[in-house]
Amino acid sequence: MKRKALRAAFPYTLPILTGFLFLGTAYGIYMRGLGFSFLYPMLMSLTIFAGSMEFVTASLLLGSFHPLQAFLLTLMVNARHLFYGVSMLEKFRGTGKKKWYLIFGMCDESFSVNCAAKIPEDVDPGWFMFFVTLLNHFYWFAGATLGGLVGGLIQVEIPGIDFVMTALFVVIFLEQWSSSRQHLPGLAGLAASAVCLTVLGPDHFILPAMAAIVGLLSLLRGRLEKEGQA
Amino acid sequence: MTGMTISQQILTVAAVIAGTMLTRFLPFLLFPADKPLPDYIRYLGNVLPAAVTGLLVVYCLRGVSWTCFPYGSAEILSVVSIVLLHRWKHNMFLSIAGGTALYMMLIRLLA
Repeated sequence: MKRKALRAAFPYTLPILTGFLFLGTAYGIYMRGLGFSFLYPMLMSLTIFAGSMEFVTASLLLGSFHPLQAFLLTLMVNARHLFYGVSMLEKFRGTGKKKWYLIFGMCDESFSVNCAAKIPEDVDPGWFMFFVTLLNHFYWFAGATLGGLVGGLIQVEIPGIDFVMTALFVVIFLEQWSSSRQHLPGLAGLAASAVCLTVLGPDHFILPAMAAIVGLLSLLRGRLEKEGQA
Repeated sequence: MTGMTISQQILTVAAVIAGTMLTRFLPFLLFPADKPLPDYIRYLGNVLPAAVTGLLVVYCLRGVSWTCFPYGSAEILSVVSIVLLHRWKHNMFLSIAGGTALYMMLIRLLA
């Protein structure tokens, strides 16, 4: 049962393998460039497992000691994970002890694959999602450790490979688009985020965009629920 | 490198881990599996994934400068090609690989 789930999960993680090895290596090299031992990216990739926040943590470690500020900043940067949790409440039910790991490892990529993948009927969804999460966790850890070890020795430069993540999210968006008759939620997400990005700029738009999305979806609730039943 | 002591570094990383875990676990702690979900939360769980994926797409493209050359054309063309490729072949891996390859080519041509 486990092997079957692993075999079903692996192909879905291939784009993430590419992206994480690249980004993880970049992160390891970056940490090394700042003067940290390879142990830092290695351990932080295992325990934090939230890519963008790990880059931010590097700069936190270089500043003065403010753990509370680090905690609050993390809440802001990772607040989108609250959304993922709400989206996965029902899907994670009945997955037993694996649930704790599924929640722990719910980065952007694991969330979107687990939420959009068409899991074959003869595959246990709990184990499928477990392996998606575990593989992604491992790719990130491997990339970060590798980058930490080779950082400074070689120059890895493949301009544009990071676009693989953008492509992944675009494809997942398209998959969700075609799997539902309701296109308003997706459009609301795109529009609210684009407006907030334009008005507030790239560094401060995420929290307001999330608030705008929840607001819009709440306003549309009556309409969407009526349509959903029709 | 850093002015912090090792234990201060460990505490800082621990604070980041705690923050990350709080954002991931909070919904599951607020809405335990043995109780029925409130209707509103269930509704959000249904419609949020598509909306959040839209947010993630925009988030990935946040660094694009639309006002100076090449005006985000590499990103636009690549995303459009992903959409067309995916409508045509419905193959997740082909769409991602094709779109990324095109993007890598375009940023070299348009540089």
